[in-house]
Amino acid sequence: MSVAQLAGGRVSTVLRRAATRDPLVVTASIVMLGIAVMAVFGPALAPYDPDALYVGPISGPPTLAHPFGTDDLGRDILSRVLVGAGPSVLGPIVVVTISSVLGAAIAIGAAWFGGAVDAVSSRLIEVLFAIPGLVLAVLAVAMFGKGLLAPAVALSIAYLPLVARLIRALARQELAKPYVAALRVQGVGGGAICFRHLVPALLPALFAQATVGFGYAMLDLAAISFLGLGAQPPASDWGVMIASGQPALLTGAPEQAVIPAAFVVITVLAVNILGARVTAWAEGGDR
Amino acid sequence: MNPRVLAQLARQLGSLALTLFLSSVVIFCAVLLTPGDPVSAFAGGTRPTPDMIAAIRAEHHLDDPVWLQYLHWAGGVLTGDLGTSYVYRTDVVDLIAPRVGITVLLVAYAVVLIAVFGVGSGIVAATRGRIADRAVLMATSIGMALPTFVVAILLIWIFARVLGWFPVYGAGEGFLDQLYHLTLPAISLAVLYIAYLSRITRGAVVSQLHSEHVETARVRGIPRARIFRRHVFLNASPQILAVSGATVAGLFAVSAIAEQAFGIGGLGSLLTEAAARKDVPVVQVISLLLVVVFVVLNAIADVAIAIIDPDSVKPGRTA
Repeated sequence: MSVAQLAGGRVSTVLRRAATRDPLVVTASIVMLGIAVMAVFGPALAPYDPDALYVGPISGPPTLAHPFGTDDLGRDILSRVLVGAGPSVLGPIVVVTISSVLGAAIAIGAAWFGGAVDAVSSRLIEVLFAIPGLVLAVLAVAMFGKGLLAPAVALSIAYLPLVARLIRALARQELAKPYVAALRVQGVGGGAICFRHLVPALLPALFAQATVGFGYAMLDLAAISFLGLGAQPPASDWGVMIASGQPALLTGAPEQAVIPAAFVVITVLAVNILGARVTAWAEGGDR
Repeated sequence: MNPRVLAQLARQLGSLALTLFLSSVVIFCAVLLTPGDPVSAFAGGTRPTPDMIAAIRAEHHLDDPVWLQYLHWAGGVLTGDLGTSYVYRTDVVDLIAPRVGITVLLVAYAVVLIAVFGVGSGIVAATRGRIADRAVLMATSIGMALPTFVVAILLIWIFARVLGWFPVYGAGEGFLDQLYHLTLPAISLAVLYIAYLSRITRGAVVSQLHSEHVETARVRGIPRARIFRRHVFLNASPQILAVSGATVAGLFAVSAIAEQAFGIGGLGSLLTEAAARKDVPVVQVISLLLVVVFVVLNAIADVAIAIIDPDSVKPGRTA
């Protein structure tokens, strides 16, 4: 499915054509759009104050007034999920942004200079690879205390090797192409070649990697909060909500944990579907 | 053994030692980068007298240069002296030793589930026609979005309220009872990786099925089962092994989540608790342990691949 095949005609026709050609990707895009709206406008959309106690019954079932029920402190779960979308999405965005920028910078430096720079950076990347992201995040919490900042920075560093390894290989391929030599012969400076030609050529792959990384980061950050090391109660972070809703599973009020968990899963599922599509696109050609 | 394989092994051993050394330096640096004075951490809530401060600094070698402190720490780790917990004031080794067993059992249980169902479903998807392939693809798509903590709460919900077949809390006593208690935690660990390994297996088997040598074997009239064993699965196994090493190693870290959800007192729950209480020495040792497991398992997978398929070892290739 190419843009040319889709384009032409009114917007509604284009959308219908897209939906029949690739329904999964269109659904995933709509879901992501919904999550993005929640993340930005969540606090405005929330019908109740997410932290207000006893706006409804304790561990109340879903009703018209509280569509997702109320939690063990009588807080409205819908409002908490809406407000929690912001931090739950912002965290992974921070992680993929830092890891993409740093990873790409290291990779391009390694590919450009080669030799000792390449050898040293590759070795460091190898070492970082050996430390699982979750472990680095937990270590960061032990050092700097609970909260989302330290784990987010730690995960950014932990994801850096994945980006750097991919981009280094692609940058070497790109630099070996004849047009780079031609530019050099014409006297174009190194900086110009890097930023005008090399970086734009690498952007699709970088973007694809960032999409995939977003899903991982969301799961890892939610796990950190679930462990009680990230966002702290009473914050309405999804991971925190899952952890604090866990006891209610045993007393017959599963909504408290299951609903925020469903939001995590649906978001990650949508991101993964888009990620696969974006990767296929970045690797060249349609499908 | 093939000399090229041996040379590869030697290279890999060197690379392994270097990676372990560098990652131990990174982990050691954690204590230096931690804000605050280790002396007050060791003294706890009390206000130490100058004599106590001097005693603490001497006991933990805090006045030595950094490289000497690293040697003390690394040397201690190698000889079984893992340092002192800030929180419990006891040797870290006494905290860790009783908890290793249950975590190893949990991870081993999950590995068995992953190997059986991951590889099994991947083979089914690759060989049993379009409908099976579609079904496995659908299941693995969902499975890959189900992290441990989500599977854990779903299982607790279903088994605690509705089915009640398996316990949802604690680790149990005695081997069989432990296995029984660890069933749900192991499933919660395994789901994501089953989906992942299933995809890898399917891809590897499909690419072998379409290869020329399998086509030739078929034309020669070799029985299907034999073709699958000797030509398809054996050739697909390096790819499967390559991801398995990293997967198993990662399980030790993720185990913390399953242990937290199901109230199991293993290494992972100690790691979580120590991090929450800023007990850096304990977190350092467990992190180092997990890194060692990761590096060693990956190396074992690489060696297994080199033995199965010596041709994969190209001269000059680094690990």
